[in-house]
This record gives sequence, structure tokens and C-alpha cells, in this order.
Amino acid sequence: MGLITSLLAITLRAGTSLVYATIGETYAERAGILNLGLEGIMLMGAVSSFATAYYTGSLALAIIVALGVGGLMALIHAFLSVTMKANQVVSGLSITLFGTGFASFLGQRLGPASNGYYLVGLTGPRFTPFDIGGLANVPILGAVLGQDIFTWGTYLLIPLAWFYLYRTRNGLSLRAIGENPRTADAMGVNVNRAKYGYTIFGGMLTALGGAHLALAYTPGWSENITGGRGWIVIALVIFSMWNPARAITGALIFGGINAVQFRLQASGTNIPAAFLNMLPYLTTIVVLVAITWWETLSKRVGSPASLGTAYVREDK
Amino acid sequence: MTETASETPLVEMRGICKSFPGVQASDNIDLHLDRGEVLALLGENGAGKSTLMNILSGLYRQDSGDVFIRGRKVDIRSPRDAADLGIGMVHQNFMLVDTMSVAENVILGMASLAFVPDMAAVKRSILELGERYNMKVDPDAFIWQLSVGEQQRVEILKQLYRKAEILVLDEPTAVLTPQESHELNDVVKRMQAEGKSAVFITHKMDEVIAFSDRVMVLRKGKVVAEKTTRETDPKDLARVMVGREILFHIEKAPFSPGAVVLELKDVCAEDERGLPALRELSLQLRTGEILGIAGVAGNGQRELSEVITGLRPVKSGGISINCVDATNHTPLQIINSGVSHIPQDRIAVGAVGDMSVANNLAMKDYRSAPIASGLLIFPWRILEFARRMIGAFNIATPSPETMVKFLSGGNIQKTILAREIEACGSLLIAVYPSRGLDIGATESVRKQLVAQRDAGKAVLLVSEDIEELLCVADTIAVMYDGKAVGVMPAEGADPQEIGLLMAGVSPSGKESRP
Repeated sequence: MGLITSLLAITLRAGTSLVYATIGETYAERAGILNLGLEGIMLMGAVSSFATAYYTGSLALAIIVALGVGGLMALIHAFLSVTMKANQVVSGLSITLFGTGFASFLGQRLGPASNGYYLVGLTGPRFTPFDIGGLANVPILGAVLGQDIFTWGTYLLIPLAWFYLYRTRNGLSLRAIGENPRTADAMGVNVNRAKYGYTIFGGMLTALGGAHLALAYTPGWSENITGGRGWIVIALVIFSMWNPARAITGALIFGGINAVQFRLQASGTNIPAAFLNMLPYLTTIVVLVAITWWETLSKRVGSPASLGTAYVREDK
Repeated sequence: MTETASETPLVEMRGICKSFPGVQASDNIDLHLDRGEVLALLGENGAGKSTLMNILSGLYRQDSGDVFIRGRKVDIRSPRDAADLGIGMVHQNFMLVDTMSVAENVILGMASLAFVPDMAAVKRSILELGERYNMKVDPDAFIWQLSVGEQQRVEILKQLYRKAEILVLDEPTAVLTPQESHELNDVVKRMQAEGKSAVFITHKMDEVIAFSDRVMVLRKGKVVAEKTTRETDPKDLARVMVGREILFHIEKAPFSPGAVVLELKDVCAEDERGLPALRELSLQLRTGEILGIAGVAGNGQRELSEVITGLRPVKSGGISINCVDATNHTPLQIINSGVSHIPQDRIAVGAVGDMSVANNLAMKDYRSAPIASGLLIFPWRILEFARRMIGAFNIATPSPETMVKFLSGGNIQKTILAREIEACGSLLIAVYPSRGLDIGATESVRKQLVAQRDAGKAVLLVSEDIEELLCVADTIAVMYDGKAVGVMPAEGADPQEIGLLMAGVSPSGKESRP
């Protein structure tokens, strides 16, 4: 396998969890809900799916549990920010604080007695890349096709998410809600139901991203397995200008730098590992600032206008 | 069956009550509307016109009372229910998503459409409807690219596309030029000819006469009169609406201008999008003069007030205040040179809603004695100052410590007016000072402006109400596309000519757009 092909393979794998969460959060933000709880939801998705897979041996069940946990945590956020009209930043941060702490707690309690009740260091069932036979040696194509089911899922999810948002009736309503909920409401769109729905959907996809980490990317559970990916996603949503199709570029940049730094570390370079580990984050920040600066200069459309604000119909 | 159908009114509202905290917006209102009829709902701001129609269109829910459509009692829980009953409302603040196209806005929220709508067919229908009602608009254009008049067309097309039988228009002409108002009237008449009905909310008498068959006057949430339009006249309506005689005329001293206070020379400035908002604008304003700026909103009036007050950079050209160059000075420098500003957006720019009336009143005087001394400010002196201002300007507030956001629009404006007039040295800039105020509050604002002029100050008055300009201003300048396209003495000015200039048509009949 050539260098480019192997780098691409790692890039796609590293970017997968980001694609899920970015698209999920894009949908939530299009509905005007800023969910800063992503990091917590992702961690909870990871720990719950790994524990389920370890005990039941069923990967399908593990995914269902992750979806349920993610949906439930997002439901709390939706309830606080839609029904209770709480400050979305506070609500989201609480969910991350809770999720981070609780996932860590579960990681120390859910394990078998033989492992001191710890989940860390155990191996369970995992998703492996599809065996594509001879195709694996085809440059580029081998990297794209020789992936696990999660990464394959993103190939479908990205175009579907784009099509839904820009070509369907529901997508039109969704875009309108984020820009101008009052107008959407007056035109007969059920604003609050949509806000709930898309926030929960976003939480489910984010937890799925977490499950990908624990079941495929770095199989197993470890403290802070997400490495702050939940926060990176918040940035990637902005970077992709709330367009699901552009979520792929953000994920590729972060995943790509990850792949390169792995490669460098493996090659025994004398650049400190800590610096290399930092690179994906640093690059994301730099690119994000540059892009935002450029978009502002060129007066492109920005964030959904109602993002982060509660909608009240009869505000007199 | 057909006979009974023609006898039962299309819409009937019985005993509608609705209250908001502290306000009885609708008080036992009965309303009926027949097929093919245009009903005018006339009333001052806060009379409850919009509330009543928001109930009909499903945005608000009545506290009590029933609504019948075509004789059947209905329960309108949401705008979708209203749309299903054929009720469509064109709101005062347009319900359009700026970043989406005309076609997307037209179909937004339509449940009857396919999951993947056929946009080509939608665009064709929009063009056809535009053709039929003489309201042409490009279905691919984005809303933010359209003028206010065009945006209104989209709003109406949206309702026609949804086959609305009952069209509710909430102050539709407030943002239109006189010519655009005529076009709107034609559209309404055409719809009427097709058997559709309309309710028309307004506080302008002449529109009632021009548009409606029947008029219902509301005051403080109650119906105070109901008449056939033919049997009434504007004077009569105004009296019923306000509940007393209204003076359309304001007394002012003879016009005797003095030294030049404000001079703009070839000023150019840009708007937020970086597009030219002012194009080599030149104006002059003297003491004892009210210069009225006429124009449809969005032709550079806001930018004009902002470049003078230091809130927006001047690209080229110069501004001098009292013969001293003030180009691109900071707002504080300009305040200190004696300029006061009543901004267009009284809630966001003019006042801090979450602060008390007293603090808002002191917001310009807090830097100096007696309120301040060195770094310290003295709250009791602020209160003292505020009590004096509240008395002098007749601000209706429960106490000086009440938060400004709890006051009515008219009293918020009086608070700003009090602060700005108190601090005014030589120049007062008032941008749409009476916008959204009822007749009583409007009258007091106008009187204050004239009093400042009579006291020898220069007043720049931006307004879109031609009548206001004719009765208050000494000189009128019409702004179009960032330029002053006509400057004339207010006395004897022809409203028709001003209307044409506002629309970008020079009186000779040619478009004046460059």
C-alpha cells in the first residue's frame, strides 16, 4: 500500500467520528440549538457502547445503546433550552461536565471484578474493516473501500444529509427555523417539535461518533477517549458553514493531520510527541480562524440567525 | 344550501377577549367579514388591531370568544390551522427568511407539497401568479436582495400561492412609496373581483377611504364604531379613533434661519455589506431650521444620521459642525460639540431596556457635575435629575426606577427625547422619531421638535411620513439611493412630487437611478 493510500485510509478512519457528530450538530444548530454538550455525549456514547459490546458480545446492541444514550442526553438539553428556555451555553456545558464525569465514573465501575471493576484495558468485540480482497491494493480506492461499517456509513450520510437539508420540504423548514423561527412558525412549521427532534437526532449521531471510537478506531475504553473531539466538532460546524457536504472537508483536515502525525511518530522523528499530538488541534484552530476571517471579509452567509436563542411565540 | 352560504358571513368573530400582562388587548370584540369584501380595521397603536388578526391567523390564542368560518365554529390553534381554512396574513414585520430565495419562502411550511418539491414547477406558478396580479418578482432572487416593496409582493404571492381566500394585511402601506401603495390597492381590488376577501389594518384615514368597503374602528381593545366607508370621511374617522379632535396643524414661529450649523460636502459612506450607502451627499442646515429628510427606508437615511453622529466612518467628503471639521470624529467628540441624536432603533440604540428610566435619562449627563464628581457618580442626584425630566417631558412611568423596557413605545421615545433635548447644544438629529407612535405621542414629539427649532437650534428630521414633513419641516430634502435628489422649501411643496422623487422618478418622468 502506497504512502498516500495508507495516509488516506487513516485520515478517513480518524475523521469518521467527526463526520457523524458534525452532521448531527449542524442539524441541531440549523434548528437554532447550540449543543455544547457534544463532548460529554460522545464520551457517554463511547463508554456505554463499549460496555454493552463487552458484556453482550453484540455490536448491534452496542450501537442501539449508544444511540439511546446520546438521544436521551440531547433530550435533556432540548428540554432545558426549548421548554425551559434556559441559556443554551450553560445547559450544554453542564451536559459536557456531567457526561465527562459520569463516563469516567462508569469506566471505573462497570468493569468485571477480575479487572478491579475497571473497563480500561479490556478488549471486546470490534468492527473491523471490510475485506475487499484484491481491491485493497488499488491506490486510493483501496483506502476508501477498505473501511469499517462506520466509515462506510459516512459515505451515505453526507450526501443524504445534504439532500435532506437543501432539497426536501422538511429541510427547507429546518433552515427557516434556524434563520427566523417566527417566520417558520407563522408559515405553519411546528418549531418546537423540530427543535426537539433535530437536537435529539444530533445527540444520537454524536454518540454514534463516540461508539466508533470505542468499537472501531481505538477499540476499548480509556479515559478521555475522545481527546476533545466534541469540542473540535463545534469548531468544524462553523468551518463547514452549517453545510453537511462541507463537514467532510473539516473532518479530513483534522483526520489528515492526525494521520500525518501518527506517521511521523511511527517513523521515530525527534519532534516531541506532545507537539505532534497537539498538531491536529492547532491546525484546526488556525484553519478555522483563517476561514472565518475570509468568510467575514467576503460577506458570506454566517451562522443561523437565531442560533442559541429561545423562541417564544407570544412575546409582547 | 347556496342561499344560506351567501347569507352567513365568511368570517365571524364573537366576543373575542385577549389580554397580555397589564393590557386588555381585545375586549369582547365582534367582527364579521363577507365574501368579496374589504374591511378596514382602523385604530391607534395598541388599539388591538394586530392582536385581533393574530388570533384569526393562529399566532395568538384568544382567552375567550369564538371564531366561525363559513358559518362553522373553528378552533384555530396554529398558523397551519388558519392556512387550512384559507386565512393568510401579511404581517407588518414581514415573515420572510432573508437568506432564502423567493420560491423557497413561498413554499415554506406547505404540508401539501411533495417531500422533494418540484422547484421548477413552483417557480413557474410564481411567475404565472405574478403575471396575473401584475406583481412581478424573480423567484430565484434572495429576499435580502429585494426592496421592501418587492418583499411585500412576495408576502402576498405567498398567500395567493396557498390559495388564501381571506387575506389579512397588517399596515401594508407603512413601508411603501405612494406609487407602490396604489399598486397594492390594484392587487387588492383584483383579488376582490375574484371573490376573495381582505382585512386591512391601518391607522391612516386616507387608506381606509381608498381601500375598503367597510371600516371598523378600535380603541383600547374595543370596537368604537363600524361604518360603511362611503358614509364616512377622514376627519370623522380620526375623531372616533382618538376619541377627541386632533390638530393636524402645529403652531410654529416664522422661519428665520441663522448661521450654518451642519454642512455635509460630497459625503460617501458604505453600509454593512460594503455597498455604497451615501453617494456624494451634500446638505446644509442652519440654526432655527428643521431640515426634513424624506425617502423610502433604506435609501441612506440611517447611514446619514450615523456619519454625522460618528457611528459610521465617512469614506470621502467632509462634515463640519458649527464650521469646525467633524469628519470621522468619535461619538463622544460629536456629543461634546453639541449634537444630540434620537436614533432610528430606540430600543437597541436609543435606550438600555434593562436599565431604569433614571439611568437612561442620565446617560449623557453622567460624565459631569452635578451628577458626577471625578470618578464618582451620585445616584440620588440621578434620581433628582430624572424626576425633573419625567415631570418636564410628561413621561408616564410608575417610578424613575422602573426599567425602560416596561414602558410603552411612546414613553420610551419621550425618555430618549428628554435626554437628548436636555443635552442638546446646537444640533438635534431625529430619525423616524414618531415611527410606531400613536397620534397623541406623535403630536407631542412633533411639538418638541418645533420647540427646539423655535429656540434657535438646528433640527435634522428623517421621516418617511410626507405629511409629517410638510407640517413640521422648513426645508425638505428627498433621499434616493444615497443622494439628495431634491431640496425644496416645505411650504407649498407638492406631496405628489415628493412621492415621485422618493420612488426614484424625477418629476420629468425619468428614472433618476444612475
